Amino acid sequence: MSKRSTFIKSLAVPVISVLAGLLLGAMIMLAFGYDPVEGYNAMLIGAFGRSYNVGEVFRLATPLILTGLGFSVASRAGLFNIGLSGQALCGWIASIWLAMTFPDVPKILLVPMCIIAGAVAGAFWAGIAGFLRAQFGTSEVIVTIMMNYIILYISNYLVRSVLTKNADATTQISANASLRANFLYELSGHSRLNMGIFLALAMLVVVWVLMKRTTTGFEIRSVGINPFASEYAGMSAKKNIVLAMLISGALAGMAGVVEGLGTFQNLYILNSSLEIGFDGMAVSLLGGGNPIGILLSAVLFGILKIGGLKMPSVGIPKEIVEIVIAAIIFFIGISYAIRFLLDKIAVSKKAPKKGEV
Amino acid sequence: MVEVLSIIVSSALVYSAPLIFTALGGTFSERSGVVNVGLEGIMTVGAFSATVFNLFTASTFGSWTPWLSLLFGGLIGVVFSLIHAVATVNLRADHIVSGTVVNLMAPGLTIFLTKMIFDGHGQSDLIKERFGKFSFPFLKDIPIIGEIFFKDTSAPAYVAILVAVIAYFIIFKTKFGLRLRSVGENPQAADTLGINVYGMKYAGVLISGLLGGIGGAVVVQSISGQFSVSTIAGQGFISMAAMIFGKWNPIYVMGAAIFFGLSQSLAVIGNTIPLINQLEPVWLQVAPYVLTLLVLVLFIGRSQGPKANGQVYVKSK
Repeated sequence: MSKRSTFIKSLAVPVISVLAGLLLGAMIMLAFGYDPVEGYNAMLIGAFGRSYNVGEVFRLATPLILTGLGFSVASRAGLFNIGLSGQALCGWIASIWLAMTFPDVPKILLVPMCIIAGAVAGAFWAGIAGFLRAQFGTSEVIVTIMMNYIILYISNYLVRSVLTKNADATTQISANASLRANFLYELSGHSRLNMGIFLALAMLVVVWVLMKRTTTGFEIRSVGINPFASEYAGMSAKKNIVLAMLISGALAGMAGVVEGLGTFQNLYILNSSLEIGFDGMAVSLLGGGNPIGILLSAVLFGILKIGGLKMPSVGIPKEIVEIVIAAIIFFIGISYAIRFLLDKIAVSKKAPKKGEV
Repeated sequence: MVEVLSIIVSSALVYSAPLIFTALGGTFSERSGVVNVGLEGIMTVGAFSATVFNLFTASTFGSWTPWLSLLFGGLIGVVFSLIHAVATVNLRADHIVSGTVVNLMAPGLTIFLTKMIFDGHGQSDLIKERFGKFSFPFLKDIPIIGEIFFKDTSAPAYVAILVAVIAYFIIFKTKFGLRLRSVGENPQAADTLGINVYGMKYAGVLISGLLGGIGGAVVVQSISGQFSVSTIAGQGFISMAAMIFGKWNPIYVMGAAIFFGLSQSLAVIGNTIPLINQLEPVWLQVAPYVLTLLVLVLFIGRSQGPKANGQVYVKSK
């Protein structure tokens, strides 16, 4: 009974947050003279109207699953990896570079090579932050923010001066390196949905097994809960901090590979850090860091963002979606207050019960 | 030579002005123990509101418009930073999560409003009244030094430097500053001494809203000339870096901000300057971030910042 009620309560916060976010969006639409029903209806059509739209929803959710998982692994170790954007970009660069260097290697070899290269590149970029944190106690938040910008400028430099001659984008990768697959293309009404979705789903299982069923996962989690007790029990806090960042970065790197080899098929000049980084963080927070939650939140983000593209058809700027997403994360952030309110309501309904958190 | 130096100095000042304001804002917030990664979002909101104010009142206020827009941008920055204050101080939100919300919210909200105001366009019209070049009377006539530092230079940058000096006095020489710092170092102890911990934290965050908003307003009115989604692209985070680089001391923070401004401006105007034009601009672009990392590792190491920075303080009953 008590286990069930905590389960319901753990579900209540994200559900209430999503509803409150959507409600705020509706209020803003009303305030500016739009019809929120019409607006959200357009969003639903934009997300589910044709198989193309559904394909795009899952296409957008794919990298978010990976970055979301990446964020959750780091946060299990007590780390706040705000550098998912930069790590994903590292993976993107590595995979495109490799794909451009060996365009004629058979697909069966080239694609796994690119994915591994992307994961290693992402892990490397995150590993620097992990190492500095473990060795010098430097805040991983600040370090990863700085690293996001460093790689952003390096990436633009590589596109402009190394991978091309002063162009804004690299050439398209060869079909051998592409993650796109004909059956997905036909199935999803010619959307950009690609094999990356299977990679993401596989990683959901892998990360779950790793974190819940292996010693490595146990050590990472216990270091996150109490580094001193873990040290006392013979685990190395330093080693696990670095390890958690490496895994986190590898997952983010794979998200970048999916963008590079799946969605865009090239690398281009970017004006700001990749959105998939910050959205992945939001997905993980909303999903409570567990795999099913992350999957559902990533799909929800896909629905909001792809559906939002249809909102201008009824005159509503698509930016309303960003406001809704920010609001959802705000409500997740103040979950303490939401739980407090829920408890108040529960208490006033029945006799007070103590000792439940 | 003097001419080249004068170009370098004046453009460095143009680019450092917003960084100085915003980094000082961050310093106030973190001195009170509230980490503010939302500076970027606050700058965005300040930039947007200053643009709108400038466009709609330029005909009334004439050449005073940029300064009034600056204040307006700061004011809206204060209002926007309330989100961060309420979430972190009263509602016990994680500071990083709340700051990220501020950063996610700002571009969505401002572009939405931009589309409302400017007939569906994603960027504003060009503002008419900008911070032009400013020459100090008398000082500009000093040989060489006057030419380099005081002729055709950026007025907001000198205001920012003045604000840095004032901020130093406030933080280190006043009762308010002592209280602010004590709340950032040890809120429990401050609380037992009867200091209003929550009030101090609010003050810290709202001042960061004011200065961050002003910072954003400076970007629009002395660099970009209009507001779009890419007007504020990283300046908030560079400011944060400057705050750390300057070890949370307003004077050093200002120095760091000027240094980063120099590096940013050289990346833009570098191709006209001998020696610098041999350098790939990418090195100048990443320099502030790499240097901040080095400083963090080499000189600061563990917790040189306020001790209770980033922790939620729950007042015991």
